[in-house]
Order: sequence, then structure tokens, then C-alpha cells
Amino acid sequence: MIEVSNLTKRYAGRTAVDDISFTVARGEIVGLLGPNGAGKSTTMRVLSGFMPATSGTVRVAGFDVFHDADETRRRIGYMPENNPLYPEMRVREYLKFRARLKGLGWKKSRQRVTTVMEQCGLGDVGRRVIGQLSKGYKQRVGLADALVHDPELIILDEPTIGLDPQQIRSVRTLIKSLAGKHTVLISTHILPEVEMMCGRVLIMFDGRVLASDTPENLQRRMAGGSQIIAEIAAPEAALRAAWDHLPEVEHFDLVATDGEFFRCALTPRDGADLRATIFALAQQNRWALRELTRSRHSLEDIYMQVTRPTTEAVE
Amino acid sequence: MSIFWALLRRELASFFFSLTGYVIIAAITLLTGLSFVVLIHNLGTDPSPMPVTEMFYRTYFFWLIVLLASPVITMRVFALEKATGTFETLMTTPVGDAQVVLAKFFGALIFYLVAWLPLLACLFTVRHFTNQNALDGGTVGGMFLGIFLVGGLFISLGCFASSLSRSQMAAAMIAFVLGVSLFALGFLAEALPASAHWQTQVISYFALFEQMRDFARGVVDTRAVTFYASATFLFLFLTLRVVESRRWK
Repeated sequence: MIEVSNLTKRYAGRTAVDDISFTVARGEIVGLLGPNGAGKSTTMRVLSGFMPATSGTVRVAGFDVFHDADETRRRIGYMPENNPLYPEMRVREYLKFRARLKGLGWKKSRQRVTTVMEQCGLGDVGRRVIGQLSKGYKQRVGLADALVHDPELIILDEPTIGLDPQQIRSVRTLIKSLAGKHTVLISTHILPEVEMMCGRVLIMFDGRVLASDTPENLQRRMAGGSQIIAEIAAPEAALRAAWDHLPEVEHFDLVATDGEFFRCALTPRDGADLRATIFALAQQNRWALRELTRSRHSLEDIYMQVTRPTTEAVE
Repeated sequence: MSIFWALLRRELASFFFSLTGYVIIAAITLLTGLSFVVLIHNLGTDPSPMPVTEMFYRTYFFWLIVLLASPVITMRVFALEKATGTFETLMTTPVGDAQVVLAKFFGALIFYLVAWLPLLACLFTVRHFTNQNALDGGTVGGMFLGIFLVGGLFISLGCFASSLSRSQMAAAMIAFVLGVSLFALGFLAEALPASAHWQTQVISYFALFEQMRDFARGVVDTRAVTFYASATFLFLFLTLRVVESRRWK
């Protein structure tokens, strides 16, 4: 659906996007993750056809976004950063206006506006003036606008920014419901959002794409650094011997806690899951086991790890 | 074409469904009314064979209205959309740049013409209370053709100014400065003696006062019509280039 190759965008004296390439398949929900100023919005503006790239090509549904601008724009629903709307217009009137601009006929636009208003939960605010709506409703109007011409690709620049948790949830549910039928590209700097909504994550930093994978794969990749915590009541020497004998344990730490319990932090080799082995061991030796957990790296750790070296180099 | 109508409707709605729109109309009506008072006074004191429209033009409220109103009308057309970001949503739909520029220009021009309508009422009041010959269709038509053409030029100039800036204030000031410069060229054209020198010839085309006086008399000079139409076209073309410039900047 999207093919970006060697895209570079330079503003006067500053490189916002530096030679990035990626592809997005039809029906995917992809999250563009990165700190502010990483080049997410610039990438999206080029994709939406608002600005041309300095170099490189961007193709959407096989059309070049610059040379076949009309063809690609018809296929893209784009909600820019901060969701700009005309505050003096009424919701229904605005959506109809937008539908007409996107080339829908009079009858078709009426029909689509009704559909998207239902889809986005705007049914009872159709006659309200946009400027008087709450932020959550405004965001839904923006989403409805992006959806109104039933585009193949939906580009949303920070769709949940500034919303309360309840509103964020409803927007997320809405975006998730688009999967399969539409291809969705979302930018955000909120990590849990990506974990919840996206099938794939592109981590952007300083104008480059540093990682691109599913959230699970990214976590697995980092699992080498994960730990297993076990609290076991046993003689210290016996515990040390047991861990030394397990070939999968690369490194361990013992800390005495209350009573006879020891808190063991084990680092497994190659991210192996040792929990079953440990349980069997405890059962065999009749040791009391009161906690057994595997600490997983969250996307946040990955994000920090991926972006850190460059940050320090800059500083 | 239907996209153009949708855009034009939205432009007109933004003028007529906003407070600023009515403030501008009220201000223009006030100035028209003042000129009417002056006109009535002149009619009463000094009888002259001039058509009423020309007498109105001679009150000089005309240029005050054009110079003050056109920057205020046009300042928001591009600047506001750029400032709020709606320019981005607008330009990422499959609309052509030229469609956007033309819709904004005609929206502002129609609003400007509507704001002039009270003048028509003033003229007919005069006609009602004086002899019927003081006013005929020709002079009124000429006057409004002049208002339309001068308005086209100043509105296109204002659209150009608005496309240059994200700030409405800056847009209004640029438009005002450009408008006053044009106006000053009119003074120059008036003051310079006729000569065969090409510079003087060029400047003579900017004789805004003379051209407008002719229109007010009901005289339609094709040279003036061509001048206004092509100058309007020039500024619309420049506006289009500025709107397109985001593609090569």
C-alpha cells in the first residue's frame, strides 16, 4: 500500500527526514513511534501529498504521491497534527463539505456522512457548531473527515493527543475497528498506544527509522536482557549449587529476604523461559516457592534503548 | 466544477456566518451613509449638471471604502487557514490550487459587492426625491461596473497579500500598503503631464481616478476595463504561484 524509498526532506538548513525507506502492506495498522521532532509529522505530510520530498519517492497504492497527486489524495484520508477544523461550521455541514471536496456526489456524500457519523459516534451532535464541541468530539469529527470518502489508506497524526483516558479508549477502539478494511498509519509518542493498536511499529528518531517490527518481535529481540525472579525458601548453598548446575542460567543473584526465603534473580541464556524448570526443581527438593515471575521488557525499554545512544552522542 | 461551488459556498458562509463579516458591512454602510449626507448637502447647495453617481464619487468616500475595506475583507482568506492548519486539510483533498484561489477570490468579491448594496438604496432615495433625470440606468450601471472592477483589483491584491503570510494582521497591512501604493500611482498619473515618454505612458494606465470618474459618469472605456481585468488576473496568478510554492520550497 505504501512504498517509501530513500525519502529525504530538508527544510532550510535542517534535515527533518533523512533517507528513510519502508513499506506498509494493505490492511496493516502501523504505528510511527518517536519523540517530538523525530520527523513523524514531516513523513506524514509528504505521504499525504501536502509537501513534496526533497529526494526519494513515495508511492501509495502504486501511484506516486507527487506526480499523481489527485489519484493518491482520493485514496488517502489524512488527519493532520492538532486536528484543524473550521470552528464556525456545524458537524454535519462540515463533513458534507469535506465529502464534496473529496469528489463525492451530492447523494453519495449524504449517505457517507450519515455512515461515518454513526461509525464515529457523532449521531447526536450533527447540528452542533464544531467550535463548541468538547475535544473528544472534535477528534471524532476529524476522524470522520478522514474516513468520509472511504479511503484505502488512513493517515492519522497523533490522533489521541490531549484526550482524557475515556476518550482515548473510544478513539482506539474506533481505529482498531478499521483494521483489515483500511490500511492505517498512526503517529504517536505514547508507547502503550502502539502496543495496543498496531500490528507493526516503526521507531523513528532524528529523521531515521531505527527499528521496524511487530511489538511482540521487538520485545522478543530484547528478551536476552530479561530476568526471572524466583523467591524460594531453601539453604543458600543448595540454591547456588542448583543455579550453577542449570546450563540455561547465564548469571544469577541471591538476596536473603525474610525468614528462609531468598530472592533469586536469574538471567537466562538466549531468553529461555526457565519458569517450568524452576518449579520442577522446587517440587523435587520440597522447597517452598512463593513467587515466580518473568520480567518482560516493555516497549518503553526498547524505545529507550534504541533511541539512547544517539541522544547521548548529541548531548 | 461542483468542487468549486462547494468551496465558494464555504467561503461565503465564512463571511456571512461570522461577526467580522457584519462588522465590515456595518462599517461600509456607515461610510456610504456619511457620503450620502455629504452628497445631499452638495445637491442642496450647489446645483450642477453632474450625474448623482459622479457627485457621489467626488465625495471621495469611495476610495476610503475601497482602501480600508478590501484588506480587512481579504486578510483572513489564506492567512487564517494557514494559522489554524486547515490549509493542510484543504490542500490534501483532490482540489486544484487554482480552484482554491478562484473560490477565495470570488467569495471575497461577492461579499465586497454585497457590502456596496446600501449605496444603491442611497442613489434611489436621491432619485425618488429629485427629478427623474438625475439618475439613469446607464450611470448606475457604470458606477457599479467601476465598483466591481476596482474591487476585483483590490480584492485580488488582498488575496495575494493574505497568501504571503500566516498572520491576518500582516496580511492586512501588506494589502493596505500595496493598495495605497497603487492609489499613489494614480496621483502620479494625474499629476504628470502627458508626454510620449514610455514611462509616462505606462504610468498613465494607472490613472485610477480618471477611470473611475468615467465609470461614475456612465462612460465605459475598454482601456480601463482591460487594465483592471488584467491587473486582477496578474495578482490572482501571483497568488496561485505563492500557493503552489509549497511544492518547490
